[in-house]
Amino acid sequence: MSVRRLAADQPEGFAFTPENLEWAKAQIKKYPDGKQASAVLAILWRAQEQMGGWLPEPALRYVANMLSMAYIRIYEIATFYTMFNLAPVGRFYVQVCGTTPCWLRGANEIKDTCRKLIGQPGQVTADGAFSWTEVECLGACVNAPMAQINKDYYEDLTPDSLATILANLKAGRPVTPGPQNGRQASAPLGGPITLTDAELYKNEEPDETVTPPPASAPAKSGKSRTPRPR
Amino acid sequence: MLQDKDRIFKNLYGLHSWRLKAARARGAWDGTKAMIEKGHEAIIDEVKASGLRGRGGAGFPTGLKWSFMPKQSDGRPNYLVVNADESEPGTCKDRDIMRHDPQLLIEGAFLASFAMRAHVCYIYIRGEFIREREILQAAIDEAHNAKLIGHNNINGWDFELYLSHGAGAYICGEETALLESLEGKKGMPRLKPPFPANVGLYGAPTTVNNVETIAVVPDILRRGAAWFASLGRPNNSGTKLFCLSGHVNTPCNVEEEMGIPLRELIDHYGGGVRGGWDNLLAVIPGGSSVPCIPASECLDLPMDFDSLKALKTGLGTAAVIVMDKSTDIIRAIARLSYFYKHESCGQCTPCREGTGWMWRVLERMAKGQAEKGEIDMLLDVSYQVEGHTICALGDAAAWPVQGLIRHFRHVIEARIDEQAAKPIAPWVPVAAE
Repeated sequence: MSVRRLAADQPEGFAFTPENLEWAKAQIKKYPDGKQASAVLAILWRAQEQMGGWLPEPALRYVANMLSMAYIRIYEIATFYTMFNLAPVGRFYVQVCGTTPCWLRGANEIKDTCRKLIGQPGQVTADGAFSWTEVECLGACVNAPMAQINKDYYEDLTPDSLATILANLKAGRPVTPGPQNGRQASAPLGGPITLTDAELYKNEEPDETVTPPPASAPAKSGKSRTPRPR
Repeated sequence: MLQDKDRIFKNLYGLHSWRLKAARARGAWDGTKAMIEKGHEAIIDEVKASGLRGRGGAGFPTGLKWSFMPKQSDGRPNYLVVNADESEPGTCKDRDIMRHDPQLLIEGAFLASFAMRAHVCYIYIRGEFIREREILQAAIDEAHNAKLIGHNNINGWDFELYLSHGAGAYICGEETALLESLEGKKGMPRLKPPFPANVGLYGAPTTVNNVETIAVVPDILRRGAAWFASLGRPNNSGTKLFCLSGHVNTPCNVEEEMGIPLRELIDHYGGGVRGGWDNLLAVIPGGSSVPCIPASECLDLPMDFDSLKALKTGLGTAAVIVMDKSTDIIRAIARLSYFYKHESCGQCTPCREGTGWMWRVLERMAKGQAEKGEIDMLLDVSYQVEGHTICALGDAAAWPVQGLIRHFRHVIEARIDEQAAKPIAPWVPVAAE
């Protein structure tokens, strides 16, 4: 449970863009007749995206009307589900996972880095570029510590790699989501030691294979892998 | 040790393409029509014979669960709902299935729906998995376009698969809270009975299964129940995705046989405990909700449902969180208590009040600012939360605390002593007004 309230400053009104309105109608069609409320999370999420990362009160009323739901039901949902931001966030919204698996591997240092480079949690930088918050487990525990920035996960972070990512985002330079230490997804550092049998993939066409990022060691067979000490 | 040929998730690490064509080259959607032709009951019987137990944490036999669904419709449709709300701290296996091998999940959903006579299936994915959602939706569209699913598909069972998502609530991983959320409400668990198999989504018979449970079904049916049952240990059959996190040299996900010794898992796949096996302090063997066990119990421990239950812990989601001796175990568990306080839906008083209470006491204990008598009081409160709530979140919040006190009471006591032995801050004279 956490106490969540609507922001004091609210815009005048809210309406979906024509594309988003069409998209929302398609979402409602996924559910049986009369069960349009099922689309509420998806539609509120789209409203939040349209608003640049937060849900103002007029958007809640707009969605309530669209789905023929009482306003209080939408209000309940917006305050219950923690991904709905009830106040503006930075253009790059950094959510640092602080739960035990990430904490064990240095989430506190990642949070300190955010405090140093961005400010207090929830506070948007003067240029509107960044804000950050600590969140509960984001489900990338073998790639801890990690943070979600807008839609992407940035994993295996160190204070330095996070600082580089933030600097690049600010400067508009490209950044690569995923593990920042050269790992391939959730495979062990140094390359996979399972799934190395080429027989499994003999029917795949060569162009179907996704090449791993260059920093990652190629998958080798055998158990000769020596784990790199941290 | 499991051979590569016996692995189900051949693209666990995303080294190959997730697209339909590549997935089919790896064996997905092979002979699906023939499986359908065997009939509903044949599939349920095969899954029963395989000994598959739910991979979402509770370990309930999957075939049995499916057999609870009504065989004759009373006018209400049957639904399958796939629980992709993976949020248990330590667990990140379903994410890899959805982003790297989504066709296994889609085919499994199709087969499971057919077995339970459902024509519609919803996958409820956690809101934070935005990229995974995009890939899964694209994969569903590919299967649709290839006429593998949808109306009048080539497999001969009308089937629609819809992707729905959450918005950041751990509690929505509880099956009835998930159904509430899917109906467009706050994710507050429902009282059982009635069970979802009678009154579930929109009041219709519904089965909720974990992603991994559903995704292994096609391979069980293709290779046969006997193959699956031959892996693992009696009553704990098959393969399982293990997530190794925390203080190991190379944290990773890996598919292994059920019952693999914990030490082998950590040493072979995790590259060993940081600083060597002797540096191991404790392990949480199945995601944050199960009690931790000290290093002394870890040596020859087979990782399966029954062996871990015997140690008063559980396999849960098979998310192994390793802690070395540098870990402040009280803080580690206090952080989990904070998680449960944050994620309690607030419906039941023992959980809403108890999770916050336990967290606050643990925070004090981490600083040594507590009385020794409070340790037993904390244990007592944890038992008052456990089993007194609608859903299992209360239990999940109580168990880590119980595990801590069961195995590390001496650490808490030592810290209290240490704090008590500190000299009282010197008295600072203040000038009289």
